[in-house]
Amino acid sequence: MTKLTYIAHDGTRFDVEAENGSTVMENAIRNAVPGIEAECGGACACATCHVYVDEAWTAEVGEPEAMEEDMLDFAYEVQPNSRLSCQIKVRDALDGLVVRVPERQG
Amino acid sequence: MTDTIKTDVLVVGAGPIGLFAVFELGLLDMKCHLIDILDRPGGQCAELYPEKPIYDIPGWPTISAQGLVDKLMEQIHPFKPDFTFNRMVSSLEKLEDGTFRVATDEGEMFEAKVVVIAAGGGSFQPKRPPIPGIEAYEGKSVFYSVRRMEDFRGHDLVIVGGGDSALDWTLNLQPIAKSVTLVHRRPEFRAAPDSVNKMYAMQEMKHLQFLVGQVSGLAGADGQLASATIKGGPDGDVEVPCTRMLPFFGLTMKLGPIAEWGLNLHENLIPVDTEKFQTSIPGIFAVGDINWYPGKLKLILSGFHEVALMAQAAKRIVSPGERIVFQYTTSSTSLQKKLGVHD
Repeated sequence: MTKLTYIAHDGTRFDVEAENGSTVMENAIRNAVPGIEAECGGACACATCHVYVDEAWTAEVGEPEAMEEDMLDFAYEVQPNSRLSCQIKVRDALDGLVVRVPERQG
Repeated sequence: MTDTIKTDVLVVGAGPIGLFAVFELGLLDMKCHLIDILDRPGGQCAELYPEKPIYDIPGWPTISAQGLVDKLMEQIHPFKPDFTFNRMVSSLEKLEDGTFRVATDEGEMFEAKVVVIAAGGGSFQPKRPPIPGIEAYEGKSVFYSVRRMEDFRGHDLVIVGGGDSALDWTLNLQPIAKSVTLVHRRPEFRAAPDSVNKMYAMQEMKHLQFLVGQVSGLAGADGQLASATIKGGPDGDVEVPCTRMLPFFGLTMKLGPIAEWGLNLHENLIPVDTEKFQTSIPGIFAVGDINWYPGKLKLILSGFHEVALMAQAAKRIVSPGERIVFQYTTSSTSLQKKLGVHD
């Protein structure tokens, strides 16, 4: 299991144990992290699972692919560390990953 | 004003469940008319993820979302349903004889004995961009689509977005607008390369300006925009003249006017019973992702089951007193005749 931390917009921390191969979005939904809507269910088609990757983790998490970058156009307050959490797959190297939930989704 | 369209069953939403409802209702001799806000059948399957595979349609180990829609269209073809696309249902009233009269946002009128709401996550509507205070300008200076190009003549136009709509309207309105500023958060576009090249060529010739950044503020009074502030670009905050704005931020799903129909609601979903999938108003049914009942799963296959049971109840309203004989398509010659099966 890989440890992930979500920080909700109000500052509440959610520490969860995630299975490798699942997505950061799926674990947010499973653990009822507020502010992750995932309207399209993980198809990279809606930009409502937008998160900010903690600066210490941006290199390891990596850059969005073109399709995700396109969808990010629809997100709220996009920053250089913005990602769609449905496109981040959990793996060993992400143990300890911290992501922040934006004020709102679109 | 067009004539009222009469049908047995009015289906709101032409996604997979609305389409399969036509099949089940058709087997029981009910004629359907479908209304959808999109310009084609398929709902989310067609609009959001046409190429994505679905793995839990019984009998199809894998099928693309668009592939499923195509197959459903083929399956319901014998029942010749009518479609009205690009329309949102607005009002509903129940006439004295029990018939429902439903109007669309463009004024078409429908009369049906039964209304089936198969609206999924709601109707697709343009997403409001995260610009503070934008609501005050909507419908006066801020528009989410172009109905008449003339409305933009002589205006300082700001178009926001990076897809085909943004690029196409930038190119099409540039000749008649006073000025055009295109704003997109990055220099790459998800639009036809030809349009992007044309836009950059026009920028070279100073026929329009393209700014990288996000709109952070609006200024104006009484709904009339005067200027917009763009932040995040290389030059810091930039103020541009803006008397008309066209934001293209994709679509979101909203329940819309159905919420005003007087139906009981449960967190924006429509509660139904699990025998008939009928709402709190007899004669109005809700199937698929839009309904709610204990144990509800938002699966296409659940919606298919729901419409089969709903059709039985709808038949009792459309043809009261008529005995419903339960039959299998495999063996019933009368069902096969309806399906156009040749022996």
